[in-house]
Amino acid sequence: MTSAASARKNAPIWVRLLLPRDAPLYQRNDAVMGWLMALPALLILTIFLVIPFMMAFVVSFTNQRLISPNPAEWVGFRNFERLLTIRNFTLEPERDDSGAIVYADGEISYPRLREFTRNNPDYPELDGLREFTSWQSGDNRTVILVGDVVFLRALINTLIFAAVIAPLQGGLALLLALLLNQALPFINVFRSIYFAPVVVSMVVVSLLWRFIYDGQNGLLNTILGMITFGNFQPVDWLGNPYTAMPAMIAMSAWQAVGFHMVIWLAGLQTIPVSLYEAAGLDGAGAFQKFRYVTWPGLRNTAVLVLIVITIQAMGLFVQVDVMTRGGPLDATQSVVFQAVQRGYDKQDIAEGAAISVILFVIVFTIAMVQRYLTRERS
Amino acid sequence: MKKAASLLVLAIMLVAFSGLASAQTELSLWYHGAGNETERSILLGIIDDFNALQSDYAVVLEEFPQESYNSSIVAAALAGDLPDIIDVDGPVMPGWAWAGYMVPLNLSEGALDDFLPGAIGTWNGDVYSVGLWDAAVALLALESTLDAHGIRVPTLDAPWTGEEFDDILEQLQATGDYEYALDLGMAWTGEWYPYAFSPLLQSFGGDMIDRDTYLSAEGVLNGDEAVAFGEWWQSLFERGLAAGTSQDGADRETCFIDQTCAVQWNGNWAGLGALEAHGDDLLFLPAPDFGAGSTIGAASWQFGISSASENPEGASAFIEFAIQDEYLAAFSDGIGLIPATSSAAAISEYYSEGGPLEVFYGLSNEQALVRPVTPGYATMALIFEKALADIANGADVLDTLDAAVDEIDQDIEDNGGYGFEM
Amino acid sequence: MNTMSFETRQNLLTGLRYALLILIAAIFIFPILFMVMSSLKPDLQLLRDSASLRAFLPVGDISLDNYADAFERVPMLQFAFNSVFTTAVSVGASLWLNSMAAFSFAFLKWRGKTIVLSLIIATFIVPFEVIAIPLLLVVNNLPWIGAGGIEIGWLNTYHVQIIPFIADSLGIFLFYQYFRDLPEELIEAARIDGASIWQIYARIIMPIAGPILATVAILKFLVMWNAYIWPLMTIRSEELRPIMVGLQYFFQLNTAWGEIMAYLSVVTIPVLIFYLALQRAFIESIATSGIKG
Repeated sequence: MTSAASARKNAPIWVRLLLPRDAPLYQRNDAVMGWLMALPALLILTIFLVIPFMMAFVVSFTNQRLISPNPAEWVGFRNFERLLTIRNFTLEPERDDSGAIVYADGEISYPRLREFTRNNPDYPELDGLREFTSWQSGDNRTVILVGDVVFLRALINTLIFAAVIAPLQGGLALLLALLLNQALPFINVFRSIYFAPVVVSMVVVSLLWRFIYDGQNGLLNTILGMITFGNFQPVDWLGNPYTAMPAMIAMSAWQAVGFHMVIWLAGLQTIPVSLYEAAGLDGAGAFQKFRYVTWPGLRNTAVLVLIVITIQAMGLFVQVDVMTRGGPLDATQSVVFQAVQRGYDKQDIAEGAAISVILFVIVFTIAMVQRYLTRERS
Repeated sequence: MKKAASLLVLAIMLVAFSGLASAQTELSLWYHGAGNETERSILLGIIDDFNALQSDYAVVLEEFPQESYNSSIVAAALAGDLPDIIDVDGPVMPGWAWAGYMVPLNLSEGALDDFLPGAIGTWNGDVYSVGLWDAAVALLALESTLDAHGIRVPTLDAPWTGEEFDDILEQLQATGDYEYALDLGMAWTGEWYPYAFSPLLQSFGGDMIDRDTYLSAEGVLNGDEAVAFGEWWQSLFERGLAAGTSQDGADRETCFIDQTCAVQWNGNWAGLGALEAHGDDLLFLPAPDFGAGSTIGAASWQFGISSASENPEGASAFIEFAIQDEYLAAFSDGIGLIPATSSAAAISEYYSEGGPLEVFYGLSNEQALVRPVTPGYATMALIFEKALADIANGADVLDTLDAAVDEIDQDIEDNGGYGFEM
Repeated sequence: MNTMSFETRQNLLTGLRYALLILIAAIFIFPILFMVMSSLKPDLQLLRDSASLRAFLPVGDISLDNYADAFERVPMLQFAFNSVFTTAVSVGASLWLNSMAAFSFAFLKWRGKTIVLSLIIATFIVPFEVIAIPLLLVVNNLPWIGAGGIEIGWLNTYHVQIIPFIADSLGIFLFYQYFRDLPEELIEAARIDGASIWQIYARIIMPIAGPILATVAILKFLVMWNAYIWPLMTIRSEELRPIMVGLQYFFQLNTAWGEIMAYLSVVTIPVLIFYLALQRAFIESIATSGIKG
């Protein structure tokens, strides 16, 4: 040990810099090659990803505009405050002169919120806030007021989208992979067909599905009508706030499931046939084989699929941009769509950058938690 | 004879080597019409004429697809890579002028005298851009439909009143012959919303911003008139009179031709297709008057000079060359747009007297009101679009308009008034 | 059931399997079928048919006119060449750089590796849309050695469409995950045999990385083939534009839906071919070789 330490001490500076503290000197070749092999990729990532992101990070603390002759100024956390302000506020019922509560149509009548949130010098802290949600508490109404309703909806929508699509798409992909992982004639044809939507760009897919989801005479309504012999009431899939997000989730899963199916298939095919044969000899049924042979063998694939889907889902953008532009009534707003719309279309690049920074922090946290939960326990 | 021949050879050689030896200074021109063969050939015709008729400058065309043209310009500006001559959508021009992307035109006195107001782009007292055409919007309906239901044909002088219009829609919807009585084109997200629908708001007496100061939308976009507009707007969809925001592009393009909608709010560019389908039966009608007059939007694509140009006088010369009646009429004949001058209209195929689209020239000339002339327009337009979409989908009218006003005002404040005195 | 012979039961089961496979196939194929069939129809008929099952049938006024018109409107061969070129170079380079980096992370010990790896994972959660503008400013200030010596600014070139994208953290991550699963003995044995690190990478690891190479290649291919925001921002000459930008050429005042469908069909087919080729080369071979322990 001491000799190793002294050998290390006498080694050239670059060896000491590259070699891990606890590694013996004979591994210096590893260390140098390790750096060299990683370097090209790291360099490119740094220049074209890390630096631009750092620039966005810096911009998020300014009032930089996309198009403007005005010089940018530091504004501290202003952009973040605007996005993240949340307050609760109690709305008291309207009372008549005698102090009795005023009812309208059998319901307690409240003053309009705008009397408090717009130019009311008594409530400066509420100025410009909007209602996010509210509920009844006794005679009063508790209102959650936020600085940026649209952003908050976008954030919640995106989280829901990711939370639903990760198990849905991953699970469906696994089912398809299991279905295809057998030696039947023409199985390759089916594999290619299931994969086909993946190769169609999301822009294109979204365009096509606008036709399919159309409320008046869309294909989906037509098909559902035929299957139910005309008993199906046509739904305006993208026009109804309750169906828009599920419709988008279904389409997104449809488009990408083939890709993850292929990843699962690759994983499945690395499981040695001998393991199945051994399990068969032990009298295991199909389900048991899956439970004790297949699933453990797919562990790493599962982690991969889960993380990749989640991260891609958090970047939800194209579908929203092409199909709904965030509507109806913000039902399909997404964080990246908001970042893009504000940064480019509304030319408020600083606020767009602030949204990206928030997204980064959230996704990074999720990824770390996922990695922690799925870490290998030795 | 020999001399002439040798001159000819010399001329050919000059032309052949003009790429190498030309004394002409190159002027780059960016245009939004990539993919439109007709527009391209007309524009190239103008450029060829210009390059041939003078020896100082040679204009070179680069084309971009329209959908993303603005992003390309902004990216080029950020990278310091703007061309000499740019084309610019009318309402976007003040933003680019304010940001320093553009410099004023330098045209000879009186060059724009006969021009439609909507075809001239003015900012801060200077003319920055000029269009070879304008666009206009009208209500499309069939004469036979109106006759069959005893509906009077409105005129420029006596458009339908708001109430009359509403009754007509109810009446047509009640016939059961149509999916929707009215097609507003809700499928066309983006600039169509402010362009086509803000005139309806103006006809109610509201607007997107207070045009006296250009500093606030308070009381204008959320005043009583605007709320009345919002309530009416919402009721169109609640009553099922018009297709909502989820309309697909196909319905928009086919409904009037297939007569699954009775009345359509559409631009002059759709006029030719509708004429083909319905011929003489087709009527182009002025916007209804909801109390504050009947009005439509104005300003389409225009040419201007980039601040990066080292030869602004050459760029001006080209633009002045391009706005000859002959070219205005060529564009109009080619793609159905409204010629920017009455003299060009007179020699055009569709807008001359008795031409099938003549009525649009009148609309443009008499009713057009440009969208708010402020660098803040780009942002304002998106806020307005979202407000209209939300209201159409059932959001509370007053709250939605309040929110739009707050966002517009905040944006103006963040931008130090966009060049207007705060 | 008991009376049924084993063979009959097997046949029935196989029949059911195929029925299920076909049903699912129908779900995956119908929008694509809609696209291809629509590409054969004139605009008005296309839009009318889109409401009924006629959308999936080559009925009515069928022709290849849309293809001819689309080719006329867009310099498709030029665009296709540009896309094939930028995509091929990017895919090749990214397979190399990413696998090399992942190899280093998976098998070699060097200082700072853990931190760098975490950072890499962090970077793949940055959506491209949010860094596009800063990235534009970066590439506009980078030097390049061209025909005329050193030039500043990468705008309007092929390399601006390629180099920023050849390393990607998702690719590195995918390779890394795969490499970690390979049996340690493979490396150890090679080391004992005196193989150099480079030899281990090139001769031992890469030859058995088929499935993951295919996966990363497909991913990169799709990203590059579908690239469209970035070229819009950086390319101004038609000679350099990629194929997806061409899609925008069709959104005129009156959208040419038939031509769009034709263009989309043409754009999609090479990708399917690319996938089929990869599937043959990698995914199937791996099924029989069973290299992993």
